[in-house]
This record gives sequence, C-alpha cells and structure tokens, in this order.
Amino acid sequence: MYVSDLALTDFRSYGEALLSLDPGITAFVGPNGQGKTNLVESIGYLSTFSSHRVASDAALVRYGASRAIIQAKVVSDERTSVLELELVSGKANRARLNRSPLPRARELLGMLRTVVFAPEDLSLVKGDPDGRRRFVDELLVLLSPKLAGVRSDYERVVRQRNALLKSAAGARRGGGNADLRTLDVWDEKAAAAGAQLTAARVRMLRDLRPHVQNAYERVSSGQSQAEIAYRASVQQAMSDQGSEPGGEDALTNADLVEAQLLEAMSRLRPKEIERGVSLVGPHRDDLELRLGGLPAKGYASHGESWSLALALRLASYELLKADDWRSDGEPVLILDDVFAELDSRRRNRLAELVAKAEQVLITAAVAEDVPEQLEGARVDVMGSVATRVR
Amino acid sequence: MSAYDGVVQELIDELGQLPGVGPKSAQRIAFHILSADTERVHRLATALTEVKARVRFCEICGNVSEEDQCRICRDPRRDGGLLCVVEEAKDVVAIERTREFRGRYHVLGGAINPIDGVGPDDLRIRELMTRLADGEVTEVIIATDPNVEGEATATYLTRMLRPMGIVVSRLASGLPVGGDLEYADEITLGRAFEGRRSIDV
Ligand SMILES: Nc1ncnc2c1ncn2[C@@H]1O[C@H](COP(=O)(O)OP(=O)(O)OP(=O)(O)O)[C@@H](O)[C@H]1O
Ligand SMILES: [Mg+2]
Ligand SMILES: [Zn+2]
Repeated sequence: MYVSDLALTDFRSYGEALLSLDPGITAFVGPNGQGKTNLVESIGYLSTFSSHRVASDAALVRYGASRAIIQAKVVSDERTSVLELELVSGKANRARLNRSPLPRARELLGMLRTVVFAPEDLSLVKGDPDGRRRFVDELLVLLSPKLAGVRSDYERVVRQRNALLKSAAGARRGGGNADLRTLDVWDEKAAAAGAQLTAARVRMLRDLRPHVQNAYERVSSGQSQAEIAYRASVQQAMSDQGSEPGGEDALTNADLVEAQLLEAMSRLRPKEIERGVSLVGPHRDDLELRLGGLPAKGYASHGESWSLALALRLASYELLKADDWRSDGEPVLILDDVFAELDSRRRNRLAELVAKAEQVLITAAVAEDVPEQLEGARVDVMGSVATRVR
Repeated sequence: MSAYDGVVQELIDELGQLPGVGPKSAQRIAFHILSADTERVHRLATALTEVKARVRFCEICGNVSEEDQCRICRDPRRDGGLLCVVEEAKDVVAIERTREFRGRYHVLGGAINPIDGVGPDDLRIRELMTRLADGEVTEVIIATDPNVEGEATATYLTRMLRPMGIVVSRLASGLPVGGDLEYADEITLGRAFEGRRSIDV
C-alpha cells in the first residue's frame, strides 16, 4: 500500500498542509527544526495512534489550537480509502473512513500499515521494557486490529486494580480494614484479558523470530546470532513460588496462562496490597534480546545495538509483508533521520534492504545523508512548508 | 484567579461544574443568560428549582420519579419476576424505548470504579439484595455498560446473585464493546435483549 495524499490541519508545526506522494522513494530534506519529522510522524500516528517520539498526544496538536486533523488517502491493490483522524487534546480521538464517522476510532487501526525506523529505536535494545512492550503491541495491533480492544481493556483493568490495591494499602496503613470484596473480580478480569494479550504476543513473537534472526544476519554480515525470547512475569512468579512455569509453548495457551495468572495473583496478594500495585501480567513482561548468547542490553556494542534495532524493524516489515491476507500490499516504510546515525556499512545494508519497498519515506537534514541507492522523489521542507522539487 | 466580578464569576463557576461544559462554554452560556430577557431567565430558574423540588428517586428502584414510587414500579402489568439492573436512570429510558422488556428495573447509580473511589457500598446494591429477598424475582438481567467497569460490576453482582438461586443473564450481544448503553440504538438494544446470555462464573 502507499499514501497518495496527505492533508494536515493544526498538526504539530503545520497549520494547513497538503501533499501528494508517489509510490517508491521520497526524501524529505531540510535544515533542523523545519518540520520533516512532523510530516512523517503524522502518517505513523494514523497507523498506530501513537507517535514514535512522544508518549502523550498533547504535543501533536499545534500549539494554541484545540484539535489536529490528519487525513490520508491510502491506495492498495484492491481499493483506495480516505482515513481521517481528529485528535482533540484530552479527549478520545475521532475517526472517519471514506468520510463516514466510525463509532470507535480504533476501528481505523490496521487500515494503514507502517513501519517506522527512527533514532529512538536504539532504546528498543538499550532502554526499559515498556519500549519493547510497545513495539510488540503496536505490531500485534497492525496484524490483528481487534487486539487493540483487548489491550486497552487490559490497561484499564490494571489501572482500576491498582487504584483498589492502593486504597487498600492506604487503609491498612491507617490501621483500618481494606475493602477487598471486589478484588477477586478485578483479578478475574485482569487474568482473562492479560492471558489473551500474553498468548497473542507470544504467538506473534514466534512468527517474528525467524525474520529477526535473518535480518540481523544481513545487517551485521553474520557476525553473531540474534535471539529473541518472551519473559513473562507470570512464569517468573510461578518459579519464585516453586511451581513449574512451563516453557514458551505454555504461554501460547490463553486458558493455561489465565489459570496461572489467577494463581500467581492469589499468592502475591499480600505483597500486592502492601505495595499497592499489580505485580504480575503482560504489563510487567519483557522481550529478551540476546546476541551471541549474551544479553544485548548492557553487553552489546553501540554498533551491534543499532544492528539489532534495525533488525527488529526490518523483521516487522517482513512479517507484515508475509501476513498480507487482505492483499493490501506492503506496509509503508518511514525512515526518520536514521541514516545520519549509522556507519557506512549499516547504512548501505539498510538502503539495499528497503530500496524495493512499495513506499519509503525518508527524512534527512542534508541530501547527502540519503544513500545513493535510495534516489527518488524529493520534497524540500522549510518553515513547515513542504515543496515537491523532484 | 477570577476574570469577572462576583456574581458573574459565580455563575460561570457553577455552569463549569456541569458535565460536558468546559470553561469556555461556561463563559458563553453565562453571557447568553446575561443578555437574555428576564422572562426567559426566570423560566429557566423555575425549571431548575422545580425539578429539584418535585423530582426524586423512586424508593424501590432508584429511577427518577415525581412520586415516592415511579410509574414502572407502580404499573401492575409489569412482570414482577423479571428485573433489569442498569447503571443510570437514563439507561431505563433507553431500554424502555425498545419496548422489548416487560419486567421492572433497578438503578445502581453507577458502576464499580476504584479510580473514582466507587465501591459496592456507593451503589444501590444493598437495596437490590433487600428487594430480591422475598423470592418474587426469579430472573435478573444485568444491563450495565459494556465496558471494563460495567463488566466488573456485572461479575460482582452475578457472584452475589447466583447462590440465591436466581437466573442471571447479561445483556451483551450486539452492543458495541467499550461503549455506553445509552448510545446504543433501539434495534441493537432490542436485539441485545433477545440474545441475552447467561453468565458463567
Ligand atoms: N505542537 C506544536 N506546535 C507548534 N510547533 C511545534 C509543535 N510540535 C513541534 N513543533 C515545532 O516543530 C519543529 C520541529 O519539527 P520537526 O521535528 O519536524 O523538525 P525536523 O525538520 O525533523 O528537524 P530535525 O532535522 O532536527 O529532525 C520545532 O521547531 C518545534 O518547535
Ligand atoms: Mg526530524
Ligand atoms: Zn421505581
């Protein structure tokens, strides 16, 4: 698939912007702070409802404006669709598809598939688990949009459960009795949604694994082997409690995980009440990345970390490409300022691997940062005005 | 810091407390009221005080009513064996519009929501139990909203009602998950009633 037209209203630094795009490669070029990333970020946001740069949506709405609108025409083999998303600060997004309002904005998820490469990707390897969980969940939702509901329900249940645990912890400290009559209910809801999410993540991870290994080999020229494993807090809790946690297979069985989560929660209950937080479930899980047998985090060199981060994104692209049962075509690739970060070897590898993609959108401060293999259309970006020059 | 003097600011502050009214709208409504003729403002003020003076909550079901007991609770043609539990009085209106349901209602006054500090004691659950004690009601349909809080409330109630030998079912099929009951259209809501399912606990 590819984006043929993009229209922005009050998004980031853009008051109004209209842009036509072709399939193939387009480079957005201009000095720092002129609005290149803002443009491609809007396309990424339309795809996953999250930005690769900020966790909160507030900064996406133009300063002083009350709402932002992203509109894109998306062309795939079978059809052309107009996707529209309205972001209102502090409120739920509103979405329209081919001009008709959708009852829930998240029905738009999965309609536009993107893979974003950005300097921030290094934190997939070097950073905290929440970045890796977000990576897994965003890919999961692109592959299976209905999981967006499971994910947001689960997050809501955990917030409710934490609030209850916190008030119980407070009541305890005040010498009173905690009102825990509803905790069993929240345990049950957390276990049900949590198990579904866990099983879906692990099943996807199995499909992703060979692509990660393959991509890492290609990016790093076979220096070492990349391994990727799911670390489930429920299995950790089981083995801490002296039970047999089971392996990766066990995690793909949602019924089994649900039972394990319930058991772990009931055994952890005193500790959870003392701490006032939910200690087990997919919100506490992690993706373990290893290179040549050693954990990547803390051990891998800067260059190796970059290769692995690129491999994760390339693998996402390959997996989305392989999972094209709706014949939407390939996902749109967005490369935000990555070439400037890479040494020449990795640069060339990456360029070769993406050169033939259906649509590639690249941002770079200077034209020389774009590898020669990626010659294509060019849009100059200056003071939040985008001008097609080639 | 207040932008306006005394009573004007007071009015804006009061309006701003209403659901769905932000500071900007509050200011707009306040100035609209200031420029409207006295007669109309008087009618609005009377409507507000009258509604508070005359309308109360049905002592049986918690629905809004102008008498001690609401129209539905007083209606002898209603099936006394069937009870539908909802979060808010506005849900009663939504279900009544479908004309599918012949039983009576019980309004909880919300859903379990620890983030907002709402637990079982803040809802009309004790009143529900008292109502069910005499055994007349044999089936309870739980029509809380199809979102996380509504589902948790439904599960909590089911766990209390099942041991009493009451048939418990949940309104579900067809309702948009994650939504509000009051926004469901009549046909969807009507179908949801026909397709209600018994809950496993
Ligand atoms: N919500 C907003 N409202 C107004 N302006 C904004 C908003 N968010 C970001 N900006 C402005 O947008 C500019 C940054 O744009 P962007 O990140 O697209 O730059 P860029 O061209 O990618 O630069 P670089 O080459 O440094 O990556 C900054 O000047 C910033 O002040
Ligand atoms: Mg940038
Ligand atoms: Zn009544």
